[in-house]
Amino acid sequence: MSAPLRAASLGLVGCEACGLVIKAPAVDCAGYCPRCDEPLHRRKRASLQRSWAFLIAAAVLYIPANVLPIMRTQQLLDRYDSTILSGVALLWHNGAYDLAIIVFTASIMVPVLKILSLAYLLISTQRGSAAHARQRTRLYRIVDYIGHWSMLDVFVVVLLVTLVHFGALASVEPLPGVIAFGAVVILTMMASMSFDPRLIWDATPPATEPETQTPARP
Amino acid sequence: MAEARLVICKFCDCVYQRAPLGAREIARCSQCGAELYHWRRIDIDAMLALNIAALFAFVIANLFPIAIVQSQGRASESNLWQAIIASFSEGAAPIGALAAMTVFFFPLLQLCLFFYVLAPLRSARRPRAFVAVMHALRQMQPWAMVEVFMLGVLVAVVKLGDVASVTPLTGAYGFAALTLLLTLLNSYDLRELWDRASALPA
Repeated sequence: MSAPLRAASLGLVGCEACGLVIKAPAVDCAGYCPRCDEPLHRRKRASLQRSWAFLIAAAVLYIPANVLPIMRTQQLLDRYDSTILSGVALLWHNGAYDLAIIVFTASIMVPVLKILSLAYLLISTQRGSAAHARQRTRLYRIVDYIGHWSMLDVFVVVLLVTLVHFGALASVEPLPGVIAFGAVVILTMMASMSFDPRLIWDATPPATEPETQTPARP
Repeated sequence: MAEARLVICKFCDCVYQRAPLGAREIARCSQCGAELYHWRRIDIDAMLALNIAALFAFVIANLFPIAIVQSQGRASESNLWQAIIASFSEGAAPIGALAAMTVFFFPLLQLCLFFYVLAPLRSARRPRAFVAVMHALRQMQPWAMVEVFMLGVLVAVVKLGDVASVTPLTGAYGFAALTLLLTLLNSYDLRELWDRASALPA
């Protein structure tokens, strides 16, 4: 199957907002969409710089998000600060294996894999790599799709704070770690929104059709 | 200047001509494998019905308590707004604000704006602020997190289950229904509404 033509080589540009395809002669900034007034760009503006900035901020905040406790449980004289990881361990210890796995995936695996995947995508794109373009695009789609599920632990803390409210008997308090964690999730979402996957394909040559390629010598 | 029959893959910039799809078919980009557009399972009437149902679910989810916790003869129950206010008063205001935006304001605004767009379009009229509202809908989509909150309710209930008796209440079921309806609504491609509106006489 022959490779389809690219919009950039045809002088076409698609509107990010409404999907309209427009003929645009200008190379860089192509004006405004006639249907929805959105500024048209062939590629997201300053995509790599913006994405790096959000990603580095997320990676820095990732440390306090995991080291600092996210909530304090108080029962009579017993006081217990829990981090993200100790919350998972507690669920596991109590036999809620399915939920422990869900929380572990959403709160620990997803943020780490997201930061690492985005760093890999940014570095490989910056180096102009043309390898595994299809897989890298898929990786980007996955990262973009799962982003907001990491907010799970933040919502759990919000709910526990209000549900466990028995004065001196028992109470749950939010601690600063949860704020750092929420910020990490927002920043990684913004990093993946800023990244333009079309840059991956700009490094690849538009594949030539098989029949036009020179056949191998016998 | 505009090419209505073309579609560009937003992931790799390939250009395709639109072809009509059969039931449950998905048009995929042959270069990167991403979805270009899919067969429309629900029409605009069904969308409007889902939208109205979701508004009812939203009211139920927010008016009624989500769960009740009983421990040592005392009980406490809470709805979403009590949870948000508690976060504010316990010194975690950013988290309270985050929950207020992603679980309350964005979903509510999404439902109201969808209604504002769908109701006139259904009777072939173009709503006055169509362009602005459609942009707002697109920008809000990633920040509405009702489904994540729903999972959070489940986790919180199970976590508390060991130390106290917890019962999910009407609000939790409201959130479950809202999650389902919003997922269906968000599967609708906003670009189709653009195409539909631009086919109308101005």
